[in-house]
Amino acid sequence: MELLIQTVVNGLIQSGFYALAAIGLVLVFGVMRVVNFAHGELVMIGAYTIWFVHAQNGVPYLITVVLAILLVTALGLLMERFLFRPMTGDPLGGLICSIGMLFILQVIATYVGGEGPSKQVPPPFEGTLVLMDSVRIPYQRLFSITVAVFALGILWYFLTRTKFGWAVRAVSMDREAAALQGISTIRVSMIAIGVGAAMAGLAGALMAPLTNINPHMGHNVIIAAFIVTIVGGVGSLPGAVIASVLYALFHTFVTTYFSGTIATISGLVIMVLVLIVRPTGIMGHRVSE
Amino acid sequence: MNNFIPAKFRPVLFLLLLYAGLIVLPHFLKYHQQDFLIFLTINILVVVSYRLVTLTGEWSLIHAVMMGVGAYTSALISKNFDISFWITLPLAGVMAGLVALLLSYPLFRMTQFYFLIGSFAAGEAIRLSWIQFIKPFGGTGGTSAIPSPELMNIDFLEPIPYFYLVLIVVSICVYLLYRIENSRIGLTLHAVHWKGVLAESVGVNTWNYRTLAFVIGSLFVGIAGALKVHYIGTVAPKQFDIGFMVFILIWVIVGGYRTFYGAIIGAVVLSVLDEILRGVEQLRPAIYGATLIFFILYLPGGLESLPQKIKQKFRANRESAT
Repeated sequence: MELLIQTVVNGLIQSGFYALAAIGLVLVFGVMRVVNFAHGELVMIGAYTIWFVHAQNGVPYLITVVLAILLVTALGLLMERFLFRPMTGDPLGGLICSIGMLFILQVIATYVGGEGPSKQVPPPFEGTLVLMDSVRIPYQRLFSITVAVFALGILWYFLTRTKFGWAVRAVSMDREAAALQGISTIRVSMIAIGVGAAMAGLAGALMAPLTNINPHMGHNVIIAAFIVTIVGGVGSLPGAVIASVLYALFHTFVTTYFSGTIATISGLVIMVLVLIVRPTGIMGHRVSE
Repeated sequence: MNNFIPAKFRPVLFLLLLYAGLIVLPHFLKYHQQDFLIFLTINILVVVSYRLVTLTGEWSLIHAVMMGVGAYTSALISKNFDISFWITLPLAGVMAGLVALLLSYPLFRMTQFYFLIGSFAAGEAIRLSWIQFIKPFGGTGGTSAIPSPELMNIDFLEPIPYFYLVLIVVSICVYLLYRIENSRIGLTLHAVHWKGVLAESVGVNTWNYRTLAFVIGSLFVGIAGALKVHYIGTVAPKQFDIGFMVFILIWVIVGGYRTFYGAIIGAVVLSVLDEILRGVEQLRPAIYGATLIFFILYLPGGLESLPQKIKQKFRANRESAT
């Protein structure tokens, strides 16, 4: 029973990371029709910033989190300007550019961190919250999930209650119609990738003290983000959040009772099944070509 | 000079010279360069078979894993059941083709973006299974001590005899793929790509043709996989990961995917470049990444379009001069 509750709690906390990481992928695909394969690497750069600036050079954790967000956002904007914008209308070209970027970011991380074993960051928030004598939640995890939920709340407000948010949603529904209404698709693309990259940077910064940091950590992030995006429905943000919770619970349970590899394999199989049976996902609508 | 040889014989002469060169070449190389030559020859089969899959316009991300399917099939059967390489080599192709046939039912219900992601997911699921199921696949470390081919008294552990074997098998396969592309089937595949709806309206079953291209492409890359692991002696999941898949993509795109030989040029040029970059191991992926971005942005036709581009440039210059 304790193990059951503990697993549910772990899964819920994990879902915060998945949602943060997947949101950027969904936003960028929705607005620009580009699959950003380097999105996992943006999370990785966020985590590396924490390791390098906070753990190695002693800058306070919270300041470094802001720094990581700013750095990764700038990186996202650069990618939009120099890779995705020239490739507008060529989804395959954009995808391939992002694969090229993935390699470059991995090499940069290797240069900054050096080769060798994965890096660890000691958790800035020590101690553990104990519920009902047996369910343990480290404060670091509690902090992460709180910030993640808060960030997603702000994003929701931004997308549904502000003019910029309406523009973003209008472009992801129908690019041409939005352009005809006088919405600048370029500016909306910049907002989408900026917000998406900021979320990725935040995800990396929150994950850093809880995971092993290495140049290839983006691989697992992108697989989880793909699964969440497809299951939730391509282009649907509420879908992505719901799918994050479901997939995180599923993955944590299978990992606890079987193994991590089996969890990922079944996740991928579920994703392929969703693609076959209901390509629009649980919340998606048909996207215009 | 051009009139010396009739145009009809020029390709024949070119091929004769090429093969004469290839037969002599390994004798002048160092040991690790001979290794390199073997892998390069195998990679040519990989890119040419990938080209057949992409002819219908769908870029799959599962080709590297299909190579692995062939490699694992041949390695495990020859090792565990003591069956000769000459039987497991075609079996590797058949198995990869069968797996492709099975996967085509779910995968070809998707197109474009969905197909790309779907093929990536399916491939990753297969690859993770090799890690998960230690029996019979051997887990992360894979399986080693794969027997090498036996034929009369030739020692196929030596690079030079193995290179000749690879050269013969790859030549036959590439020739077959060339014939397929230039046959009625190949023309139909082009039609499915560029005018899918029109092709359907004149009675072409596009689903069947996409499946056919996928199965044949996978069959040949399965053979390439078997050729590779019987030389190395080890088969492991790492050899067929998304990293290798990206290399295949880079070779095809940098070489150019509009003609048959573009992909071959890409594989040869980039592999040689890779060999030169061996000194800066850490930087290699970044150089690859930058090359890829450069080509897709500034030379989307690939290397094969370069001579024509230069010619055009010269002509434009001459015209502006006069």
